[in-house]
Amino acid sequence: MTNTNKVIIKSAWVLGLFSLIGIGLVSLTHNVTADKIADNERLFVLKNLRVLVPDEMHDNDLLTDVIEFSAPDSFGNKHPVKIYKAFKNQQLVAIIASPTAADGYNGSIKLLVAIRKSGELIGVRVVSHQETPGLGDAIDSNKSDWIHSFAGLSLNNPELSAWQVKRDGGHFDQFTGATITPRAVVKAVRKTLQYYQANKDALVTNEKKSDG
Amino acid sequence: MDSYKQILKNGLWVNNQAFVALLGLCPLLAVSNTLINGLGLGLATTLTLVLSNLVISLVRHNVGSEVRLPVFVLIIASIVTIIELIMNAYFYELYLILGIFIPLIVTNCAIIGRAEAYASKNPVGASCMDGLAMGLGFTSALVVLGAAREIIGSGTLFANAHLMFGESASNLTMVIIDDYEGFLLAILPPGAFIGLGLLIALKNIIDARQAKPTQQTVNMDFASKKA
Repeated sequence: MTNTNKVIIKSAWVLGLFSLIGIGLVSLTHNVTADKIADNERLFVLKNLRVLVPDEMHDNDLLTDVIEFSAPDSFGNKHPVKIYKAFKNQQLVAIIASPTAADGYNGSIKLLVAIRKSGELIGVRVVSHQETPGLGDAIDSNKSDWIHSFAGLSLNNPELSAWQVKRDGGHFDQFTGATITPRAVVKAVRKTLQYYQANKDALVTNEKKSDG
Repeated sequence: MDSYKQILKNGLWVNNQAFVALLGLCPLLAVSNTLINGLGLGLATTLTLVLSNLVISLVRHNVGSEVRLPVFVLIIASIVTIIELIMNAYFYELYLILGIFIPLIVTNCAIIGRAEAYASKNPVGASCMDGLAMGLGFTSALVVLGAAREIIGSGTLFANAHLMFGESASNLTMVIIDDYEGFLLAILPPGAFIGLGLLIALKNIIDARQAKPTQQTVNMDFASKKA
């Protein structure tokens, strides 16, 4: 064997060995942290849901009573979208849909929209967005109260044609210097309400998966 | 071999990876919008630097120069992935904020740069020290730029401190300027560039002052004593 070949083979061994050690260590860490990470993600979703539907409003496990619907036109997401169901005394009291406003100023805005059985909005929250700090990020509940203005509204209140920002002749305030962001959020909430109204029979069943 | 003091001075000031070498600018500019974000990414980067310098220095005699770079990249990528998993598990909210910039530590040129320029040629102790010094230098750049942008941009300091130090630290947040409307430019990316430019200029001014002939300083001391 020539010297060059020896060097190549030795290098291959070294590279292979380091790959194995690297994979081993990463897998080990993954195994140790996997449960904790899954827990974190669960709690994070639950924390967001509880803001809209607090514990006294329901008595089931929101993360268990979840169904998935595929409706790209309504939810702005080509993948199935989760809809969480809140029950109290075996009766469905509210649903929480997780639509995406795909036409934000900078990428998608992920929302949670909580709707009472009657079709009235409990509230809306932004879960994630990349809107401009100081302008579009006023949709975030810790930046301004704007998102709270949805509470109590429904498709008839204000009437359907007013489900737009004021600049487009509608009911909702836009922000100084940012119209695109609130416009996208208003549109996504309206579409979710319309989806709820059209599919109420399928959504408002008292079937539940969790015990109790 | 350099003395530890020399290495520390080198990393923090003389060869500061952010202000002098201008390495790792992408995370530096993207994450320096608040002090806590900067500190979080800075510490994660420092840990990566120390560990990668340690491992690379340990194996430096066993890795031929032909496969040196792929092996370094493998080591750095493994370390960063492990840090990412640990942060995901134990500092979840900070992990959410720093987001993509944690895995992107792999691509921070400062890390492969120190591996190649220092750790592959120096003993373990000095290499760890070099990683620590370079990491702290990078962290200080992130913290100073983050603090400046946070104060000018939002009028606060230590916002979101609870993400790093637990709930007890949530009252650490200071409102520096009351009823501040915010100065958007400082929070947006251009503010990061302008801020970094000003900080580099400031460092150059300080360096230039120190480099002036010592003769003058002596004379001035003498003069002031006389007075």
